[in-house]
Amino acid sequence: MDIRALVTSADAWKAQIEKIKIKFDSSIEEIRLPGIYPTDVPIIYVKGNALTELLMFLKTDQILDYQFLSDLTATDEEVQPRFEVVYNLFSHSTKLRIRVKCRVSEGQEVRTATAIWPGANWAEREVWDMFGIRFAGHPSLRRLLMDERWEGHPLRKDYPLRGYQFFQTSQEVDTKNLE
Amino acid sequence: MSPERMGIPNTANIHIEPATVNDPDDLWGDSRVIVNIGPTHPAMHGALRMVAQLNGETIEKSYCEMGYTHRAKEKLGENRTYHQFVVYTDRLNYCSSLLNNVAYSLSVEKLMGLEVPARAAWIRMICAEMARIIDHLICVGINAVDLGAFSYFLYGFHQREEAYTLIEKLCGARLTTSFTRIGGLMYDAPDGWEKEVKAWTVETRRVLDEMDELLTGNKIWCMRTKGIAVWDKKQCVEWSVSGPVARAAGVPIDLRKTDPVMFYKDVEFDVPVAQNGDVYDRYLVRMEEIRQSLNIISQCCDKMKKGPIWVDDKRVRIPEKEVVQNTMEGLIHHFKFFMTGFDVPAGEAYTSFEAANGELGFYIVSKGTPRAHRMRIRGPSVWHYQTLTPMVQGYKIADMVGALGSINVIAGELDR
Amino acid sequence: MAKDGAAGFLTTRLEAVVDWGRKNSLWPLPYGTSCCGIEMMATLCSDYDLARFGAEAVRFSPRQADMIIVAGIINAKMAPVLKTIYDQVSDPKWVVSMGACASSGGIFNVYSVTQGIDTIIPVDVYVPGCPPSPEGLINAVMRLQDMIAKGATRAQMRERGSIEQQSQLA
Repeated sequence: MDIRALVTSADAWKAQIEKIKIKFDSSIEEIRLPGIYPTDVPIIYVKGNALTELLMFLKTDQILDYQFLSDLTATDEEVQPRFEVVYNLFSHSTKLRIRVKCRVSEGQEVRTATAIWPGANWAEREVWDMFGIRFAGHPSLRRLLMDERWEGHPLRKDYPLRGYQFFQTSQEVDTKNLE
Repeated sequence: MSPERMGIPNTANIHIEPATVNDPDDLWGDSRVIVNIGPTHPAMHGALRMVAQLNGETIEKSYCEMGYTHRAKEKLGENRTYHQFVVYTDRLNYCSSLLNNVAYSLSVEKLMGLEVPARAAWIRMICAEMARIIDHLICVGINAVDLGAFSYFLYGFHQREEAYTLIEKLCGARLTTSFTRIGGLMYDAPDGWEKEVKAWTVETRRVLDEMDELLTGNKIWCMRTKGIAVWDKKQCVEWSVSGPVARAAGVPIDLRKTDPVMFYKDVEFDVPVAQNGDVYDRYLVRMEEIRQSLNIISQCCDKMKKGPIWVDDKRVRIPEKEVVQNTMEGLIHHFKFFMTGFDVPAGEAYTSFEAANGELGFYIVSKGTPRAHRMRIRGPSVWHYQTLTPMVQGYKIADMVGALGSINVIAGELDR
Repeated sequence: MAKDGAAGFLTTRLEAVVDWGRKNSLWPLPYGTSCCGIEMMATLCSDYDLARFGAEAVRFSPRQADMIIVAGIINAKMAPVLKTIYDQVSDPKWVVSMGACASSGGIFNVYSVTQGIDTIIPVDVYVPGCPPSPEGLINAVMRLQDMIAKGATRAQMRERGSIEQQSQLA
């Protein structure tokens, strides 16, 4: 028994997926539907060059209306391409959720979503901090959780669980960051 | 205290930009001051830090910093079995740890396709609502303390101690409960527990009325909070703000209503929504939510019946003591169960639950092993805390304290 | 006072009188960072009331306090801040390490967490628990008072020169 025992069909999303397919057919790599693949909501794998367009479309379209960015994170898959940037979206009007993923290899940049959701700012900083994925066009991409002087990106799979780094002084005030 | 001297040994290289526009409020020409508040400032709950550029007392520019209590819970999620990780969820939002336990268990159960028996779900609902009340009592209390109303805080705090006594009866701990298990609960509730809970709800309702009289109409409180740190409906959606803060601005979303889990469909409660989105409205929304939670608890106490608390699934069920101590197979099963954990089938799910502060989400990716491949915790505090900088821009620095208290940033959930 | 009511006198060492005064007027600096901070608040509030033990004058400024209660986790980013605060407290100063995180790192044996604040600053009393109950913290304060009366705390030993003036931050 797995998640498919609870989620049986993808009917709720059927019309939406068709609509997205028509518009972004060439840039969608793969669509994984609940019921077939063990997931709770449909996952859309999109190519990096069409990522922001797809997110913008999902947000602004009257019927889809995924205007709420529930979560922005990444996973380290340990295969090529190495990372997946994950966007969990939520619609306040239809109460549906959807997941958009974008595969990135190491060193490759993803386009920022801060122009679509200003709230994506810190989540992208956290992804940079924890995974070392850079976001092109981000207003101020610096570390969020770790110290500025920290070496390495802790949530990568090859980063050890232990490995304390020691600092003599606390992180200094940087007036460049004032906004 | 001069907070700029705390924790910053070297401030000599700070360069302050001279004023470029002619501001009528600018009393001292270009003599702007950079103030560092935190990470150990009493008004910055827990360990938060803000650097603000002040003109007189007005905040012109600022930036916030976090990570001072980072405990690598997401990394630990990849290195601990699913049962072991229950303990770490306590330390997320430590004001309402029961709620985190419930949300986490729900998310793993969703991945495994399990549903807990009715009694367990009712007890979980009581736990979740009790945790929500405790969290809100702390939030409004501390918010009032920060703005100078100390005795108000003690009323709520006493009621909270009473709730902790009930929680202690349930699981033996006050703060870090670790009460739920995947597919069930640690213990069944003791006999007569629901009666005590019900008596507590009656008493809490009385205390709430007292608290209302003390503060809600208080002139100083109103002047300090009305129209302060306004964050409107559109901004709430754009900045992923959820929970009471969003509802205070008129976003009518409560995940208990939109995505009801357990028995939230079967109980009656209202979702309070305000319009102005200022500190005062957040306070009102929280106070009303406490009353609604009390409603839910008393309904749960009435509807709860005796029954099993564990799902009938060998994979997740902790073996009975009787079997473990008397049979060889039981002992081996027990040993394997706790040493290697159980396999969660491959798949991924984002499960969200209406926590006290907003949407608490667990995005778990499983590859079919006893440890998660990715354990992402979406705490509402992160998304709320990043709005503080634009929220307080142009307000006085004393208003920043009220604003921070009203969005209720909890360091454990913020830094994870 | 003598039995007949005449004013008597008492002989003691100056040190003992000073220590008696010190132990009954501890001014804590609550350094609460996480879960333990909530239990520390409960201890200071009306139900448990730390004031009964002469430690109610909570001061958030290190210059005015003499007992630091480190309640909660100290990580790599926070460690230098704690060290600075400790240095700012004037002697004699006492440190209570409250909870497993502060005492040893607790269940968080990970890259970011300092494995015990005694790697940064000297500690007098450790309180076990995750988090300790308010009774635990009250017990720690009483234990610290006993230590002060005996002159057994690290600050007093430093004062007498029986341990070296030390800066443990390497």
